[in-house]
Amino acid sequence: MPRLTRWFIRAALAHLIAALLLGALLGGGRVLSLPPILAAATPVYFHLLMLGGVAQFIIGVAWWMFPPLSKERPRGNEALAWAVFFLLNGGLILRAICEPWVAVDPQPIARGGLFLSALALVAAGWIVVGLLWPRVKGR
Amino acid sequence: MPPLSRYMVRLALLHLALGFFFGGLMLAHKAFPIAPWAMRLLPWHIHSLLIGWTIQLAFGVAYWIFPRFALERPGDPRGRAGWAWASLVLLNAGVLCAGPAGAMGWGPGLALGSAMETLGVLAFVVHLWPRVRPAIL
Repeated sequence: MPRLTRWFIRAALAHLIAALLLGALLGGGRVLSLPPILAAATPVYFHLLMLGGVAQFIIGVAWWMFPPLSKERPRGNEALAWAVFFLLNGGLILRAICEPWVAVDPQPIARGGLFLSALALVAAGWIVVGLLWPRVKGR
Repeated sequence: MPPLSRYMVRLALLHLALGFFFGGLMLAHKAFPIAPWAMRLLPWHIHSLLIGWTIQLAFGVAYWIFPRFALERPGDPRGRAGWAWASLVLLNAGVLCAGPAGAMGWGPGLALGSAMETLGVLAFVVHLWPRVRPAIL
């Protein structure tokens, strides 16, 4: 398993745990009253789970398993793939901090962080498409 | 990778690009609320990423990887491929129907798209079920 795949999968598992813990907390909010900043964290839960957990796991395995591009560079541009790792995880962490913050107290720094998160996540997704597309082939 | 898998995976990647773009627009709007129409993209974002990307990619890879009927059906090793092709058409038509309909708030279109997606999943289950078996070496 290549090193980058290991990083993707470990990060995905960490996101899954974080998402499920947050989900449990939010579920508890149906019985107990939560602080407003936590009550605003439902989108964070979805995205930690589906983007940080599921999608990142898929990306890590696809990077490993898809047909090779060539003998010299079987997986293509590895620097770009590392960029995806940092953009995706950095974007999600920023989102987890800034999204509830903006909802309860929209300070400029929180807004800026949320906007940066949006850019990072879109960039990560589009780079993934660019990296995997040429590897979708017969052999 | 067989042709059907290539089509499914490429379409999944296109749905990923579109879904992420819509998600980015909505998140940017949450940061700086200058485009209220952006939040109407939520249904399209969800359908694109859950059905178009996640489920379709899983189906595309499953079609490629799951055990085949090489000994029993040498000319048709993956068996019942028509159901898998039907799934590809229904899943993508469903997302392209449900997504824009959801964005425009058109209930019947959303229902029709969701029904197509459901049929697409059922069609793939019909294809894949017999391939859930031990590989014969």
